[in-house]
Amino acid sequence: MSRIFTPKVITANALIEGDVIYLAADDSWTRELTEAEVLTDEAHAQLRLLEAESRQAEVVGAYLADVKPSVTGPEPTHFREEFRRTGPSNYFHGKQAQR
Amino acid sequence: MYQYSDFDAAFVASRNAQFRQQVERRIDGSLTEDEFRPLRLMNGLYLQLHAYMLRVAIPYGTLSSAQMRQLAYIAERFDKGYGHFTTRQNIQYNWPRLSDVPDILDALAEVQLHAIQTSGNTIRNVTADHFAGAAADEIADPRPVAELIRQWSTDHPEFQFLPRKFKIAVTGSPNDRAVTKAHDIGLRMVEQNGEPGFEVIVGGGLGRTPMIGKVIREFLPRAELLPYLEAIVSVWNLLGRRDNKYKARIKITVHEHGIDDIRARVEERFALLRTAFNGVDQQILAGIEAQFAAPDFRTAPTDAFDTAYAEDPVFRSWADTNLAPHRADGYAIVQVSLKAQGETPGDASADQMRLLADLAARYGHDELRISHEQNVILPHVHKSDLPAIHAELEAQRLATANIGLISDIIACPGMDYCALATARSIPIAQEIATRFDELKLEHDIGALKIKISGCINACGHHHVGHIGILGLDRAGVENYQITLGGDHTETAALGARTGRGFAADEVIPAIERLVYAYLDLRTDRSETFLETYRRLGADPFKAALYPEKQESRANAA
Ligand code: HEM
Ligand code: SF4
Repeated sequence: MSRIFTPKVITANALIEGDVIYLAADDSWTRELTEAEVLTDEAHAQLRLLEAESRQAEVVGAYLADVKPSVTGPEPTHFREEFRRTGPSNYFHGKQAQR
Repeated sequence: MYQYSDFDAAFVASRNAQFRQQVERRIDGSLTEDEFRPLRLMNGLYLQLHAYMLRVAIPYGTLSSAQMRQLAYIAERFDKGYGHFTTRQNIQYNWPRLSDVPDILDALAEVQLHAIQTSGNTIRNVTADHFAGAAADEIADPRPVAELIRQWSTDHPEFQFLPRKFKIAVTGSPNDRAVTKAHDIGLRMVEQNGEPGFEVIVGGGLGRTPMIGKVIREFLPRAELLPYLEAIVSVWNLLGRRDNKYKARIKITVHEHGIDDIRARVEERFALLRTAFNGVDQQILAGIEAQFAAPDFRTAPTDAFDTAYAEDPVFRSWADTNLAPHRADGYAIVQVSLKAQGETPGDASADQMRLLADLAARYGHDELRISHEQNVILPHVHKSDLPAIHAELEAQRLATANIGLISDIIACPGMDYCALATARSIPIAQEIATRFDELKLEHDIGALKIKISGCINACGHHHVGHIGILGLDRAGVENYQITLGGDHTETAALGARTGRGFAADEVIPAIERLVYAYLDLRTDRSETFLETYRRLGADPFKAALYPEKQESRANAA
């Protein structure tokens, strides 16, 4: 039996701003985790990661991050990803301020 | 203060021009990230969690008012209006855009600052006692030597691809405020039969394998410094473990080979190198020294100070806590706290930086220092000016009287910014400071150093905190490990782990229990936390930290 694959999104930092971004199903980069494409198949996820990595003039350091699906879209499973999609906790800066 | 020579200015300008082109090539896609990363790191540019981060060197912690003003301008023009001063006497900007960085570097060059070798496997920004040139206990100003080391180490062709980063700290005082024993090389100025020289300490460091440095040479005559440093670095450059970056620092090399073996190799290499240095370095040093001549201290009455001290309790508390003895009569060293309770340790807004620059220009012989404890120093202030300075600091929330106290916390950026972090550190610092301020206990507790790191790399010096806090990720939850008994001074010691870690909401109560235990245990107010810990050992403090254990033991009995 194959192990259950934890759903994932592709995330990276934008080349110019360094801001956290996610790969959407239409191949655009979105700044919101909730708009990211959720990958539920391991082989497909690896393929999408290769595609993301090849776009090196747009992004830096693409990787797969675990998520859990919810009615409003994917949610982080780890606090690091929670901070990445929010911004720092000492100032109202970063993503939380742009919403 | 040191002024760039034509050579320095041309060097920085050409590096900046090169980097501008490298950034352009990265943005147009002709450089990959793998190709670009080493280039950006050579220029102090990191990629963090939410944005890029630019680390700017403040050599030996010294700034002029013009430089501080420019740091404020950069914070406002290119960042979010503030900067973060670090334990390594750098300033970090947390939000620059890649496309702006070449302009930021040019703006820095205008005031003789740069970000070269603030990252990567090179000799990093040389740090020094933040009271340099002012301290009453000083043998000599360590900054001319630090500047000499900077000139020697910057772009040193043999040392651009070292096994790992390399950090040097210098102090001119027997009271070590530069944490020399936690550096790859620590230099302490000493005298032997009236001759000036250095005690050379090697192989200290924090991080995942913390080590207290060992003395490799008890007395090195001053003129032989550079060949000796070059001997140490070149011996390590060959021996250092390039196969494993966790074992690559010189502390591991010294540990694996033993200090005697390393000493013998260094002396052998030194014998060769010594003849290669033909005295030019000493001529250069003499030129540098002239630029660090002490300011013209004035002689004036201190009545204004004495009156304010007698009549204003807020001023008195600040003066008692934040001033340090100056070597000139009638002068004081002012430590400006960047730790107002609840604020982020080490952060200064552009307005605050500008005020500090103005105060330095008006009252402080144009000098400022950044301490490894993430505070700002006005090193040369006549006492009669202190009441005016205090009032202006108050207006910018810079008059917090807490230097050396429980809220004067060192904290690394942790998971609020740092890509390597395993937990946050800033909120823990904010909460501890706020809590003890509410309890109004801070002055009663007295000298107590809390230092917090957000991962094992120990940028927040937690190993040498009287109370150290290390943030970890335990199964996807932030967890904080406490160490006790660390010491960052000339009696340097590493703290010892107390036991299981604490969840984020348990840390503040745990620190409170520790502090109350200390207040109960101390002989009287004059015995500091560290002294009580040394007298009694860890047990009574562990009992306070883990009361549940005590209970279960009592029940079993
Ligand atoms: C935010 C980006 C930062 C990164 C990526 C970073 C990375 C690291 C790493 C990997 C180490 C361990 C090195 C080793 O043991 O080989 C380290 C050590 C250290 N860093 Fe940082 N650091 C950062 C920020 C800071 C800041 C903000 C400070 C000052 C507040 C700082 C000061 C230090 C110090 C004092 C050490 C330990 C001394 C030593 O053994 O080198 N770092 N850092
Ligand atoms: S100690 Fe860890 S979390 Fe803190 S700044 Fe250093 S690398 Fe980042």
